[in-house]
Amino acid sequence: MRPSGTFPREWGKVVTGYFLRRVLQGLISIVGASIVIFFISRLSGDPIVLLLPTEAPPALIEQVRQEMGLNEPVWKQYLIFAGKALGGDFGKSYRWQAPALELVLDRLPATIGLALAALAFSILLAVPFGVLSAVYRGSLIDTLGKGFAMLGQAMPNFWVGLLLVLIFAIHLDVLPAYGTGSAAHVLMPAIALGWYPVAAQTRIVRSAMLDVLDSDYIRMGRAVGASERVLVWKYALRNAAIPLVTILGVYFAAMLGGAFVVETVFAWPGVGRTVVEAVFSRDFPVVQVGVLLTSILFVTSNLLVDLSYGFIDPRIRYDR
Amino acid sequence: MSRQALLRVENLRTHLFLKRGVLKAVDGVSLHVDEGETLGLVGESGSGKSMTSLSIMRLLPKQSGRIVDGNVWLDGTDLTSLPEDEMARDWRGRRVSMVSQDPMTSLNPVFTVGDQVGAPFRYHKLAQGARAVRDAVVKVLSRVRIPSPEKRLDNYPHQFSGGMRQRVVSAMAIACAPRLLIADEPTSNLDVTIQVQMIELFRELQRDSGLGIILITHDLGVAASICDRIAVMYAGRIVEVGDVRTMYRAAAHPYTQALLNSIPHLGQRKRRLYAIAGQPPSLIDPPVGCRFAPRCPRRTAKCDADYPPQVELAPGHVTACWHPGPGAVA
Repeated sequence: MRPSGTFPREWGKVVTGYFLRRVLQGLISIVGASIVIFFISRLSGDPIVLLLPTEAPPALIEQVRQEMGLNEPVWKQYLIFAGKALGGDFGKSYRWQAPALELVLDRLPATIGLALAALAFSILLAVPFGVLSAVYRGSLIDTLGKGFAMLGQAMPNFWVGLLLVLIFAIHLDVLPAYGTGSAAHVLMPAIALGWYPVAAQTRIVRSAMLDVLDSDYIRMGRAVGASERVLVWKYALRNAAIPLVTILGVYFAAMLGGAFVVETVFAWPGVGRTVVEAVFSRDFPVVQVGVLLTSILFVTSNLLVDLSYGFIDPRIRYDR
Repeated sequence: MSRQALLRVENLRTHLFLKRGVLKAVDGVSLHVDEGETLGLVGESGSGKSMTSLSIMRLLPKQSGRIVDGNVWLDGTDLTSLPEDEMARDWRGRRVSMVSQDPMTSLNPVFTVGDQVGAPFRYHKLAQGARAVRDAVVKVLSRVRIPSPEKRLDNYPHQFSGGMRQRVVSAMAIACAPRLLIADEPTSNLDVTIQVQMIELFRELQRDSGLGIILITHDLGVAASICDRIAVMYAGRIVEVGDVRTMYRAAAHPYTQALLNSIPHLGQRKRRLYAIAGQPPSLIDPPVGCRFAPRCPRRTAKCDADYPPQVELAPGHVTACWHPGPGAVA
């Protein structure tokens, strides 16, 4: 389907068609992710070994295995899992004897909150740095901005986290070292998680701004008397935002899925930490739900990014 | 002279400070434009036409370009001496404005036409409040003959055709009724019928308001159809200036003659298109003598030794050549 509407009236139809196609693609990705995670997690070994004492009699092992459906061939186990999952039943955690879905969903708000805070931190740094270093190319702020951004990319986030704890929690004693509960709690984990992408985002904003500031329409704006402030922060920035939004989607998704190290450092009760713990205890249902939810979030955030182009760039809104 | 000199450029020198050296893009240009007059600034690319206009607008590339000498008098004020914020606030878009080369890229793709055409009104505080700006925009859009402007206001540039976009750009430029309009190749990317419409539009604006226009072009046909006078630039300097008739009938500089010869004529099929042999000189290290000498059929030892002084062949017809005179058509 290739709609080619030019008028706002057809916009709804265009976006709906596009949206449906993208949702379908997203579903395929999620199913793929569920297959991969189901088989890979089973490569880590037999959960029975961890669930039962080592001296358990073979008959008991066999019985538990049967109860948990672990004696079936793996492909059959997957089909059973998928069938139940469609009905919303992701099984019980082997370790906590509670529904796996609930366990993970409980942790989801903390993860999303942390990722949003980290994303906000990175944007708050990257946009001004990128814009100013493009406007004052080669100046002190350009060099400093680049240095600061590169530092974030060069340091692993768990180490940044430890460093922050050392400085702000231990030496200065102004921020809580770990846990949740207040806005102050989220500050350090967000910085640890959000500093890494600052470099890439700054670079994108800077190079996009350089291109845009050199464009004919900015010169035209100057020629009719626009002040530099209006040109840079209104007319140029919106154009430069298009490539930024693209990588924001990618980084946001990566933060959702990849925050477990930072979550561990700061004892942040997020999905990442839960899943990592579940991997070590071969708690397959929890691993599966965690990964599945993360991949759903991943697909959704990419979809939102794609749809947001239309709000920034009218050409996309009407062309698709 | 009864007409008032609107713009007077005196001995303008603009240099571009590049890594490979100092490029003397504009090297002692003097010209004037009267009220209601159109001056054509003609020359091949790299001759300094656009740099001259950017110098007048004070829109040179920030990192590299600088006016090193000369004055630009507009309505009695020397623009070269103004601080940048005053230049933006009171002059650019208000008294001197510019239509640039490419209508396809001169409009910001992510803002509506109404927002962009309304911008000069907001900057110069000629309309206050959304309503007033909107009314002013509708007025100026209908002035450049955009059909049903009140509906097109909320459209984006990509929803306009090339000719319509150039009208929008022109509307932006003339929104605040400037005294001088610099049109940098305003028609070069348009097809011929739209070129004619644009030229008509400029003429009309001029008739209404006494607007002075500098038309920068390499198309002598366009220049002939719209300009009162023509100045020919070569390698950063003006080599000949005169009224249109004189320039087309009695061009005295060999470069002007060569340019005229390179216009193809309808029905011309006998010979190859005429082209001037050789290349323009480097403006980083220009020759001491006449800059056209290496390509000139009338070259003598004197031409290589000294740059020729300006001679007035007839009132208003000035050329810088050691051997001016009617040319042998090649």
